[in-house]
Amino acid sequence: MSFSVRFDRAPYLYSQELNLLFHIGQYFTLIWRSFSRPEKFSIYRKQFVQEIDSIGLSSIGIVALMSVFMGAVIALQTASNMDSPLLPAYTVGFTARQSIILEFSPTIIALILAGKVGSNIASEIGTMRVTEQIDALDIMGVNSAAYLILPKVLAGLFIFPFLITISMFLGIFGGWFVCISTGVVSSNDYIYGIQYDFQPFDVFYALIKTVIFAFIITTVASYHGYFAKGSALEVGRSSTKAVVYSSILILIFNYIVTQLLLI
Amino acid sequence: MIEVKNLYKSFGDTEVLTDISFTFLKGKVNMIIGQSGSGKSVLTKCIVGLHQPDQGEVLFDGQNFLQLPLEEKKEIRKNIGMLFQASALFDSMTVEENISFPLRMFTNNTAGEIKSRVDECLERVNLVGKNDLYPGETSGGMQKRIGIARAIAMKPAYLFCDEPNSGLDPQTAIVIDNLIHEITYEMDITTIVITHDMNSVIEIGDHIMFVYKGKKWWSGDKQDILRSKNNELNDFVYASKFMKTLREKLNS
Repeated sequence: MSFSVRFDRAPYLYSQELNLLFHIGQYFTLIWRSFSRPEKFSIYRKQFVQEIDSIGLSSIGIVALMSVFMGAVIALQTASNMDSPLLPAYTVGFTARQSIILEFSPTIIALILAGKVGSNIASEIGTMRVTEQIDALDIMGVNSAAYLILPKVLAGLFIFPFLITISMFLGIFGGWFVCISTGVVSSNDYIYGIQYDFQPFDVFYALIKTVIFAFIITTVASYHGYFAKGSALEVGRSSTKAVVYSSILILIFNYIVTQLLLI
Repeated sequence: MIEVKNLYKSFGDTEVLTDISFTFLKGKVNMIIGQSGSGKSVLTKCIVGLHQPDQGEVLFDGQNFLQLPLEEKKEIRKNIGMLFQASALFDSMTVEENISFPLRMFTNNTAGEIKSRVDECLERVNLVGKNDLYPGETSGGMQKRIGIARAIAMKPAYLFCDEPNSGLDPQTAIVIDNLIHEITYEMDITTIVITHDMNSVIEIGDHIMFVYKGKKWWSGDKQDILRSKNNELNDFVYASKFMKTLREKLNS
């Protein structure tokens, strides 16, 4: 009996553990298929550019909005919780910078993108699955996994670091703006704080996390969309699963990468 | 010519196809008929490789498709055109982009040559000038015709049509049937139509297989089908009052 035949029957396995192993195996098989050689580079290049627009550029608005307000709140929270006169005023800028670069921009924005981009990818591919568009690609001889997933993954890996870098700048700007507009900390103190003891490795660490999260978001969402079954209701469920599982994986990998790189 | 030999397919404990053997003739409209859930679509998906059968052989002009390496399978697939039940047009592409997709993906033709082939295909299905519409802007009948145009763009040797008439009014259904019939003869291709529409069978069916409970229950041509003594086939063929009346007239 061939591998593919056993593979076909695996969904009927009743054991929960085997089912989990089945999904992990199917996920990696799909990723392997997605990274195979494209049939025609020119078409994939066009897809890649479209995905940069769809995944990245269309997310700039939400990323900017979230970043400015979160940066502002972080600065205000820090300032309002600094009771000790021994703490210098520039601590607000320092804390805001560290929170934004190390955790807020790479992790929280990734969770937001998991919701926006992940559900978008899962529902797009899921709809193509249930309306037999993926079958049409397969029958034509196109590697549907590579055609649909590879440009999305590459676009995510390429554009997410830009989004997160923008988020870092806007978060820090939001903190500065709220400080000078409310007068809790002076502009000079805030700017001194954000420059104080700056380690370029922190930005590097944040971008490494971003690339890993980009891979998780695009591949997990593609996986759930690609194997969607049945009706529009199932596409909705796949989309929800994509967001939930990619969010969980982001939190797990955030912990792992932090332990590996910072401890 | 496509030959299917001793094909079996199960999903879990449910056996969907049992020992199906049949030869689909070149240059003819071959039909797979049967009730909903009888295994027609699964059989087609096994033939085109969307499902992996548990046992059996599928021969495309003598080549065992199931045992071919992936690259050779891809080559055969480039010779397959398929019209899906819901057309399966790419929503994000215009009519022209849909039809030109396989040409852009698999040929090195210039943009002008591709445009010319798209226009030829659109003309063949009577949709001249609809190049820039999106599938969502077209009717069900037009979508089927666009699906046919996309299926024949690469000049395939095999054409599969999965319930081409579903969701269409009787007049449009006849237009689609005739189109499939004409294209089959013009291009001398092996066409396989999956249907449970007896009008289609009578109109264009050359070589017919009746699938019942996952088994090949009967096969023959459209003259045979009306005179068959097979009870299950007769229950299917003469399910409507119109067909019952036709049978009475034939008998008298």
